[in-house]
Amino acid sequence: MATPENKLAFDGGWEYSPAPESTDHIKVAKKYELFIGGDFVAPASGKYFDTINPATEERLSRVALASDADVDKAVKAARKAYNGAWSKMKPADRGKYIYRIARIIQERAREFAAIESLDGGKPIREARDVDVPLAAAHFFYYAGWADKLEYAFPGRRARSMGVAGQIIPWNFPLLMAAWKLAPALACGNTVVLKPAETTPLTAMKLAEAIADAGLPEGVVNIVTGAGDTGAAIVSHPGVDKIAFTGSTEVGRIIQKALAGSNKKYTLELGGKAANIIFADAAIDQAVEGIVNGIFFNQGHVCCAGSRLFVQESVAEEVIQKLKDRMETLIVGDPLDKNTDIGAINSKAQLEKIESYLDIGKQEGGEIHQSSCAVPASGYWCRPTIFTGVSQSNRVVQEEIFGPVLAIQTFRTFDEAVSKANNTPYGLSGGVWTDKGAKIFRMTQSVRAGVIWANTFNKFDPTSPFGGYKESGVGREGGLHGLDAYLVLEA
Amino acid sequence: MSLAAVDTKRKLPDLDRVPRVDEVGVNERVARFQSRSIKKESKLAALRMVLSMIDLTTLEGQDTPGKVRQLCQKAMHLHDSVPGLPHVAAVCVYPTMVGVARKALEGRGIHIASVATAFPSGQAPLSVKLEDTRMAVEQGADEIDMVISRGAFLAGDCAFVFDEIAAIKEACGDAHLKVILETGELGTLDRVRRASVLAMHAGADFIKTSTGKIQPAATMQVTLVMLQAIRDYFYDTGRMVGMKPAGGISSAKLAIHYLVMLHETVGNAWMTPEWFRFGASSLANDVLMQIVKQQTGVYQSADYFSKD
Repeated sequence: MATPENKLAFDGGWEYSPAPESTDHIKVAKKYELFIGGDFVAPASGKYFDTINPATEERLSRVALASDADVDKAVKAARKAYNGAWSKMKPADRGKYIYRIARIIQERAREFAAIESLDGGKPIREARDVDVPLAAAHFFYYAGWADKLEYAFPGRRARSMGVAGQIIPWNFPLLMAAWKLAPALACGNTVVLKPAETTPLTAMKLAEAIADAGLPEGVVNIVTGAGDTGAAIVSHPGVDKIAFTGSTEVGRIIQKALAGSNKKYTLELGGKAANIIFADAAIDQAVEGIVNGIFFNQGHVCCAGSRLFVQESVAEEVIQKLKDRMETLIVGDPLDKNTDIGAINSKAQLEKIESYLDIGKQEGGEIHQSSCAVPASGYWCRPTIFTGVSQSNRVVQEEIFGPVLAIQTFRTFDEAVSKANNTPYGLSGGVWTDKGAKIFRMTQSVRAGVIWANTFNKFDPTSPFGGYKESGVGREGGLHGLDAYLVLEA
Repeated sequence: MSLAAVDTKRKLPDLDRVPRVDEVGVNERVARFQSRSIKKESKLAALRMVLSMIDLTTLEGQDTPGKVRQLCQKAMHLHDSVPGLPHVAAVCVYPTMVGVARKALEGRGIHIASVATAFPSGQAPLSVKLEDTRMAVEQGADEIDMVISRGAFLAGDCAFVFDEIAAIKEACGDAHLKVILETGELGTLDRVRRASVLAMHAGADFIKTSTGKIQPAATMQVTLVMLQAIRDYFYDTGRMVGMKPAGGISSAKLAIHYLVMLHETVGNAWMTPEWFRFGASSLANDVLMQIVKQQTGVYQSADYFSKD
């Protein structure tokens, strides 16, 4: 237990001077059009919406609002490209285009990272070290599959689907675009992609990269807008497949809209992952895993380890260490290279998170936040933990999508499994123990698409990702990710 | 639970209860420290802090009184063309050289550290080690850097190692005891963690990574594990134990990474020469070069900095 005699102090001494990433090298246009049929075209309605920097609330750019007519145009351009060059192209040549996109992302990595950080609020360190390199890695990985599809599914003939409509979220804008585009293109499909309305800029920079890569016109079309634009894609009769990543709530609406149509779909939805720490775990590394699990990307991660289960005998120790570790997390300017936790993505999301903080307190949970100061303007939430909560608390049950962790304790293996599975979600999980056998038992017992052992939030293009239960349908990444964009025939 | 009582009684703790260490996780954490960007004022403050934490060291068979006097001169006059620089924390020498250093450093506020206990191997009977220690203290050492018996530790005889440290601690009297684990011979981070706990419970005022005679010497990985052990011991007892990575830290940049690690693991209270030291022979000049660069904007030739 922390007492005045054994309390560590992290503030008031040596502090890191600001180390902001330069933005001299980036180009953000005043206005972005729609990317349809290889051209940047104005929206039919003539309407644009603002995209703002959530760390300053200042406008970064204006972005075209795509209406039904624009979506129709984009789907037709995609169909034309599918029937034309793309589906008839030699698979190896298709692969070359995808490799080219990957290389351009690498060449422009600094620009992509800075814009991702500006538009979405995530720390430059994460954009630079995670989002952008992984996005390039996905294109590289799937480029390699383009001419090897017959080996991916032995004994079956793989055929492309046609036009894929893809709707992506705001938490990993460029990376999610890569997750969606790379396998779709490698499998010979053409695409209409809609980025999230709060984070459209890197998708538009990606459109520029795709244009520079010389992809045949119409193979990739990017339309910007909010829910209505997404709905127009989902309900368009010319779309053969829908791939959606976002909330379970919207996923349900999409599933309803698709019922009765013969459109294929994959849905990657919400999560409330259990991160389970046994007493025999490497405790200090497990504490890092907790931090990485819930505070990575401000907790705007569908697979975030938002429910912590700690074995009772080490709970006090783990929580004390976690609280001290939280004091060392730097919250602030996302462009500062030392920032650990950036801005909450939008005002709406901040309000949602804050409402959950109130709910948690009202339900009797004990809240603890790090003592750091946050900037006056912009959207911020200090890293937060709730103790004294149980399975019946809403902060334990519902996806908050912010830097908020609900902590419970357990005594036995079976209790941990039972609590971990007692959720409508099943996207991811984590287990921390020094015993290999316990890891295997846990991975067989927890119903989740991904389970990390002695680590958390690790991603690789070769590894499939996706959920059980209300966390979604289908898998992305790896070999499984190809399946989602192919029709397999005997 | 308060272990303060245990501490005064010097009881060997149950080492099976020491937390396990996961090497992959340690490497990841270290990489995060290394990705911190320390610029401008924070860099200058760090460089000055590094200087003040150096145990300027010469531990060679060929050491002579003349060599030690040179070292002491350097310790007092790091780079006089930059006024207001801190002096190093201590000079670190063999017991036979303690008297020479004492005379050279009289009244300058620079501590004299002496290795003892049949440094670097520690392969001598306890009576010899105790005599070695007493002799160094009598000659005027403020700090004793002892080595643990790695053979006994690796063979599982932790009680032997514990008793030896406790006995040396008694022999030190008022001198501070730094316990060298020689992590390069321990093999795993789990053992580093256990040896750290053992040493602190046996009475160590400081725990130290290496003699500098075995590779690898100090690494950020072992230093992190030892700092986490120090922090846990502080949580349990409220007693602060110091940390000294030694050997292999020769660049200012690496030293600053160590300070970042210190800052984010145990916090501000440890960020003084009283609680953190760098055992190094060539670090000071690289730090001085960086300080001059920060002040003038240009790097000067190494020839402008006195070697010893």
